[in-house]
Amino acid sequence: MQVSLTVNDKAVTADIPPRTLLVDFIRDHLNLTGTHVGCDTAQCGACTVHLNGHAIKSCNVLVLQAAGGQVVTIEGVTPADGTLHPMQEAFRQHHGLQCGFCTAGMVMSAIDLAGRHASLDDQTIRAELDGNLCRCTGYHNIVASVKAGAASMHQ
Amino acid sequence: MYEFNYQKASSVADASAKLAASADGRLLAGGQTLIASMKMRLVAPSDLIDLAGVTALTAIESTPGGLKIGAMATHASVAASPLVSKAIPALATLANGIGDRMVRQMGTIGGSVANNDPAADYPAALVALGATVHTDKRQMPADSFFKGMYETALAAGEIVTAITFPVPKRAAYIKFKNPASRYAIVGVFVAQTATGVRVAVTGAGPGVFRVPAMEAALGANFASAALDGIAVSATDLNTDMHASSEYRAHLVGVMAKRAVECALAG
Repeated sequence: MQVSLTVNDKAVTADIPPRTLLVDFIRDHLNLTGTHVGCDTAQCGACTVHLNGHAIKSCNVLVLQAAGGQVVTIEGVTPADGTLHPMQEAFRQHHGLQCGFCTAGMVMSAIDLAGRHASLDDQTIRAELDGNLCRCTGYHNIVASVKAGAASMHQ
Repeated sequence: MYEFNYQKASSVADASAKLAASADGRLLAGGQTLIASMKMRLVAPSDLIDLAGVTALTAIESTPGGLKIGAMATHASVAASPLVSKAIPALATLANGIGDRMVRQMGTIGGSVANNDPAADYPAALVALGATVHTDKRQMPADSFFKGMYETALAAGEIVTAITFPVPKRAAYIKFKNPASRYAIVGVFVAQTATGVRVAVTGAGPGVFRVPAMEAALGANFASAALDGIAVSATDLNTDMHASSEYRAHLVGVMAKRAVECALAG
């Protein structure tokens, strides 16, 4: 079945079986492997991408549900000049990652929540990141990173 | 996931026709339960008929009968709706506690209600608030809509289109959630309505149920102390790796008291 959508500002059209998950389309068809598959059961959030401006779990959505939509992955948030997005930079500065497996999902969720809140306290960040799990358990620095990244985005 | 045919519905009538023409079709709302179930091969529909293009089903509006929420309104949109927050803040709080942020962005009220998961949050709100379920064929009170574990009064091919919630005097929903799945181990929705107090419990049993003893006690005195000494029987409640039936019975009392206090705090 044919599907057309926009991924990281590029129009994409492909012929796919209807059961293709958005995350598999992103990774296997577009070779954008920054988006990870962690639990594959919509709990861990490693597969988080933006669909039409909102964070969603791409392992629990069919690519056909995103047809005609705008998808942004971690590759799409980095400026063309090779510098980092302010949220990525904050994760680097504040040591917000250890093994890095959850990081792409954390950053995509964090950018979404920074966009919805003018200011963020620790409690709000922790509540909003409920759907992103870090099995290195590096949450303390992740919260610090999100706070700094959001402040930087709002400057 | 097994193979299936994917079809997009342009209207409720179109969805109904496509459903009737399919061998074993299912409606796709947000897919947050259905896609996961299909991945585990627990469900294998011949066709998925996607309602996402039926934008008429996403409306949230004030009506003389109360707050009317379209079946395809997402949990995130219900949580963020100023209309919902003003009329029934407990409902906005409930919607904001379903799953996580990303799940709420896709999951819908209609999908949750039609699926009737025994640990889902919305069934408690519908029953406690005395809501009406609108389908493409009829209207049903929530009390007769939910029929037990994953069962509803929906006939084959019948489509939930909206839910109307009468506005209560006071209400609150408190849940003790599973920290991984975020489903309710026990959730209690307490509402002081024009027709009396209603207490609805989700997560504890095979389906949502009311607690008449608590409703009578709170009807006489809407205070958490009125629930002192009212025990809920553990018979027929769920036992699993997360909680025994006795613990769930105990939690019903604790959550109900917290809900009353929360409702009073407004």
